[in-house]
Amino acid sequence: MAKSLFQKVWEAHTVRQLANGQTQLLIGTHLIHEVTSPQAFGMLRDLKLKVAMPHRTFATVDHIVPTDQFAEPYADPLAQAMMNALRQNCAEFGITFFERSTGKQGIVHIVGPEQGITQPGTTIACGDSHTSTHGAFGAIAFGIGTTQIRDVLATQTMALGALKVRRIEVNGKLRPGVYPKDIILHIIRTLGVNGGTGFAYEYAGEAFDRMSMEERMTVCNMSIEGGARCGYVNPDETTFAYLKGRPYAPKGAEWDAAVERWKSFASDPGCAYDDVVKIDAATIEPTVTWGINPGQAIGVGECIPTPESASSVDEKASIVEALEYMKFAPGSPIKGTKIDVAFLGSCTNGRLSDFEEVAKYIKGRKVAKGIKAIAVPGSQIVALQCAKLGIDKILAEAGFEWREAGCSMCLAMNPDKLIGDQVSASSSNRNFKGRQGSPTGRTILMSPLMVAAAALTGQVADAREVFAVRG
Amino acid sequence: MALAKISQVAGRGVFVPGNDIDTDRIIPARFMKCVSFDGLGEFVFFDVRKNEDGSPKQHPLNEPRFQGATVLLSGANFGCGSSREHAPQAIQKYGFRAIIAEGYAEIFFGNSTTLGMPCVVATREDIAKVAAAIEADPQTEIVVDIAALEVRFGGQKIKITMRESARDALVNGRWDAIGELLEGVPQVQQLAKKLPYLAA
Repeated sequence: MAKSLFQKVWEAHTVRQLANGQTQLLIGTHLIHEVTSPQAFGMLRDLKLKVAMPHRTFATVDHIVPTDQFAEPYADPLAQAMMNALRQNCAEFGITFFERSTGKQGIVHIVGPEQGITQPGTTIACGDSHTSTHGAFGAIAFGIGTTQIRDVLATQTMALGALKVRRIEVNGKLRPGVYPKDIILHIIRTLGVNGGTGFAYEYAGEAFDRMSMEERMTVCNMSIEGGARCGYVNPDETTFAYLKGRPYAPKGAEWDAAVERWKSFASDPGCAYDDVVKIDAATIEPTVTWGINPGQAIGVGECIPTPESASSVDEKASIVEALEYMKFAPGSPIKGTKIDVAFLGSCTNGRLSDFEEVAKYIKGRKVAKGIKAIAVPGSQIVALQCAKLGIDKILAEAGFEWREAGCSMCLAMNPDKLIGDQVSASSSNRNFKGRQGSPTGRTILMSPLMVAAAALTGQVADAREVFAVRG
Repeated sequence: MALAKISQVAGRGVFVPGNDIDTDRIIPARFMKCVSFDGLGEFVFFDVRKNEDGSPKQHPLNEPRFQGATVLLSGANFGCGSSREHAPQAIQKYGFRAIIAEGYAEIFFGNSTTLGMPCVVATREDIAKVAAAIEADPQTEIVVDIAALEVRFGGQKIKITMRESARDALVNGRWDAIGELLEGVPQVQQLAKKLPYLAA
């Protein structure tokens, strides 16, 4: 019987059925970071348990690290305490820790792929909702809570109910100046922030076939913003070419065997899906959010919705709430909205190709006066790659502060925060109330090139116009 | 480890209206700078409950008549966003024992179940009935009956739903899966041998 990748990976990792009908699922790769793991290690100690597979558990530090300071101790003692706890837990339980001294530290969802730890046909869990990123490789990757981290630490398994699979096919060609970030914002706008509840998203179609691995990661990253528990792209030659030669990728004869095995996990032609959605890539505009969740998004040429335009009572209430928080005028164009801060980075768009694309267009130009612009590489390796190509200098000369690797302003558990009701043009993934560190701070999500355009003009602008982007 | 069999939760209620209430709103990220969940309760819904100078805003949880409520009522897609268990931990540590909403984001739902805090689903109309009863008399006792899949309050009752795996786990006292997962460890080791990427 033809099966989807989700079904195949699920079956290959099923240990047994539990009494309540859930599956005990083997988690092949467990990624941990400093925010959600310390309590889990505490629970483990309380129960006098050990880490079941330390060699399949990998740690990094990302949320709390200051991006303007490399050396410890950190100015914030709470951040330092979290750092110390992670270091001690890794040492005690024999877990590989990609800390800054290794040169491999970075945002957990950038480090896993970079090291070749993230592989097709595997299961991955991490106490972080953006774990869906790893699905770009044809892995089934779940964001989990702290008690589940304990479960995975102690047993290398967790209890989970099976998901339905929705195939989202994006065919045709993206127009110049339109990026995978626009695709995922468009998908969430179309299907809703809870449209994916109960589903794994399988992304497919010509647009995905053409994407690089970094671009696929951007889309999979935001699956959770659409309510899907995970999202994936079937593995193909692009996947294998990315993985080849990476530190944790199989070597020699094992490589060939692994590629054959990985191919076998791809969804079979003709397999059944619980739902199929088709989108024409050519219809997607550079997309920006105007509200307080990632589904409140419009094309850059559109106007901010009015409460009267709502198609339901619910939508009307959420438009009213969002407009009140964002202090935006209903019905006015989003283009021209003044910004205060431009943020390039995060697990969504903090990879080499993101900075490369911005550098290509921004070279020789300057950030508008009064705009705070920061560029934060997603990992030390991304920083190094950018330095080798001179991207760091191009961005710095344009007026971006070039920082150390970390989550930075995406969620502001570190010194990078909005102040008051500042408006941020951000390449990150969430525009929730207060998300970027100020309870009244306002976030507009967009692609990295759109962030660059906003930085240069001091307002939401169409990057295709600002940079004369042509096909 | 013997777990409580949670077949019903009874207590006073409070209605926090709104859809898509995300985990950043339930517990802002800055309060996650901790290595323990202790003390999170006081920060629940912090930025919608307090002004930046610390003075209270208009919010149901700030109203004296709703103090001591143990049943939280809300709208659709409750708990969307981050996987932070800090969110249900903060809700539970504040004193809530059950949530009635139109729907939940999945990670939040799973995290709450694992803490033994039932998240039941009711229709908007029915939630409005409960909210009206609480508004009329904040002392109204709300009984969330997971075994019977109904909520009883002030002589009325409404139907609720709950994913069967979670309902089963709560009423049978196996909502924390660790015991059962540990029993499966020998099978885990067998299965791991079949997956080459798990080799040491």
